[in-house]
Amino acid sequence: MSYLPMTTDIVSFDGHNGVKGQAYYARPSGPHKLGGVILIHHLPAWDDWCIEACRKLAHFGFACIAPNLYFREGPGSPDDIGAKVRARGGVSDEQFLGDTAGCMKFLRAQPESNGKVAVMGFCSGGRHAWLAGCSLPGFDAIVDCWGGNVIVDDPKDITPARPVAPIDLTEKMTAPVLGIFGNEDQRPNPDQVNRTEETLKKLGKTYEFHRYDGVGHGFFAAERPAYRAEQATDGWKKVYGFLDKNIGPRIKAL
Amino acid sequence: MCSYIVDKVRLTGSAKGQAGWLDVDTANVYFDHPFHAMLDHALGIDFVNERDGAPERIAVELSAESAKQLALSILVALKRGAAEHGDAA
Repeated sequence: MSYLPMTTDIVSFDGHNGVKGQAYYARPSGPHKLGGVILIHHLPAWDDWCIEACRKLAHFGFACIAPNLYFREGPGSPDDIGAKVRARGGVSDEQFLGDTAGCMKFLRAQPESNGKVAVMGFCSGGRHAWLAGCSLPGFDAIVDCWGGNVIVDDPKDITPARPVAPIDLTEKMTAPVLGIFGNEDQRPNPDQVNRTEETLKKLGKTYEFHRYDGVGHGFFAAERPAYRAEQATDGWKKVYGFLDKNIGPRIKAL
Repeated sequence: MCSYIVDKVRLTGSAKGQAGWLDVDTANVYFDHPFHAMLDHALGIDFVNERDGAPERIAVELSAESAKQLALSILVALKRGAAEHGDAA
């Protein structure tokens, strides 16, 4: 048993409206052909957790790009940059989709690409993953980890920047979707997760949903109080398995 | 949850940041995942000067319960101040 060496870089991609974006890119080193993952950070920041998760996906045999959705704010501490974006109401769906399309193009242009690309996100990034999977052609897999506001029950959450409830776009979803949820989460709550699944069933979409007892929101994040080791370990296995099946095969250490 | 809700409060006053004192004209108040506090969710307040483009923020992340206590304490201090100083608190 050995481990995969890894290569990481800060890279540039073609963002929305042709602006050059910034991202962290991690992949196993060597002459491999790799499935690519676009990893979307949560609202507070392009933070250590996002970069750690990006490296984790590379460690388990995928090429992962984690775009900094807040690169337009310039350099600075991720928390201060996130606070600036929050004060302005967050990034628009339109801008997010433009940036994500650029990341997809980046991944497929890399010599190590096997041509397959997934989009994955946590929390607000889970909503973003769903939105991208329904709005941009070309994804081979979608991973929604506890995305809030996929279903929108409060009309106040429909805004000019976020004018749609992603659930209403589900008919356009062409890739299989994996959902990971905590049964003690309030956003999305279990009822919203059930209604999301009903929509997928009704539309005949390919999906896997995994619900975990004893966990709330964000239970993968090992440095936070919400972390639950047993459920997180199983959840990550579900993620690798799903990605292996849909954008793999993932590269494994010998 | 990640919440996009931000309540903007217009202020008159000053706060002390890394480079010293500065005028602040706005508090951005929110409840979401904290960056530093070891809590799942926290009440965040960023004191900024929007008139100058908010180049710096003075930030706190508080538990929900302690934030409520702080809000009450502010009101108590203002009430006592008004009684002792006669200001329009």
